[in-house]
Amino acid sequence: MVQFTLPKNSKITTGKTWPKPEGASNARKFQIYRWNPDDGQNPRVDTYFVDLDDCGPMVLDALIYIKNKIDPTLTFRRSCREGICGSCAMNIDGINTLACIYGMDEIKGDVKIYPLPHMPVVKDLLPDLTHFYAQHESIMPWLETKTNRPAKEWKQSIEDREKLDGLYECVMCACCSTSCPSYWWNGDKYLGPAALLHAYRWIIDSRDEATGERLDDLEDPFKLYRCHTIMNCTKTCPKGLNPAKAIAEIKKMMVDRHV
Amino acid sequence: MRYLTARKRAEGKGASGTGTEHFWYMKMSGVGLALIIPVFLVAFGRAVGGTREEVLATFTHPAMALLTGLVIFFGLRHFAGGAQTMIEDYTHGSTRRALIIFTTILSYGLIATGLFALAKIAL
Repeated sequence: MVQFTLPKNSKITTGKTWPKPEGASNARKFQIYRWNPDDGQNPRVDTYFVDLDDCGPMVLDALIYIKNKIDPTLTFRRSCREGICGSCAMNIDGINTLACIYGMDEIKGDVKIYPLPHMPVVKDLLPDLTHFYAQHESIMPWLETKTNRPAKEWKQSIEDREKLDGLYECVMCACCSTSCPSYWWNGDKYLGPAALLHAYRWIIDSRDEATGERLDDLEDPFKLYRCHTIMNCTKTCPKGLNPAKAIAEIKKMMVDRHV
Repeated sequence: MRYLTARKRAEGKGASGTGTEHFWYMKMSGVGLALIIPVFLVAFGRAVGGTREEVLATFTHPAMALLTGLVIFFGLRHFAGGAQTMIEDYTHGSTRRALIIFTTILSYGLIATGLFALAKIAL
């Protein structure tokens, strides 16, 4: 059954307020979700102040500032700092996005940061993406061919290559899947927008020869048809992609096989 | 605690090979109901406030009787399909199966009752 309230050990408490950096004339308030599985305490929201005169413009810059200068125990993922790796996905100001490409100037008031919603938390801002990655793996995200391998390469026309635009750019940050209510309620069976966008990327690839098998694997009330076109995925995608459209295209192909 | 690999959890029991029929039926019945329900509401609205004889005359007209029958049958079948989707979204396990059985029985019961009442009036 769907849970509308948090279990007792997940209720968020008020955390520590860290002092303002000395001499900071342009400080901004950050409220950040903290949870440590080792201390047995409930999650809390700590308050930090970041000196904007000593910090880059992006939310990730502020998190790095906090980790380096205020609280080294703050835990989060980051790598490329330019929206390519998808590591720093988190919920900022109520929106699932990448901290490295989300400017602090886009947020009014205090900056509130939480881990991606409805995922198990490993620590602080780290969600456990094990199941998410396994679902991605289950859609066979690679080229499947049956014809003997050509001497040089699998050829593709310019038009067919263009069909992959808006699909191959996905960085698997999980912002879309974790913004989807259907994924919240049935994430164990529903593949979610990210995995389905990748599935469509391979279904539509002119070089792939497993279209039928791929569609067979998706024909299921839960794997595919839990998508109700809510479109949170498209609204939140930090790369500007449209997973809802990819899912709709898969559904159209499913209907084409029937009617 | 079960020692299952992440891949096994993700694969689950695989694909059931169903879902498209339900999806397509809901689309078709949705479009059909969008066409016939406004016509039915206009005709029904005209009969509201009339005498018993006038209301009976409305529903004994073959066109209105057919329209009412279609609205009852496809409206409640559409309801059953939509309710099933909603139940699948928000419940799990035995509760899910029990609620789907209940809404299916309810919708077919209402269809039978509605068609019986209509037949009694129209025939």
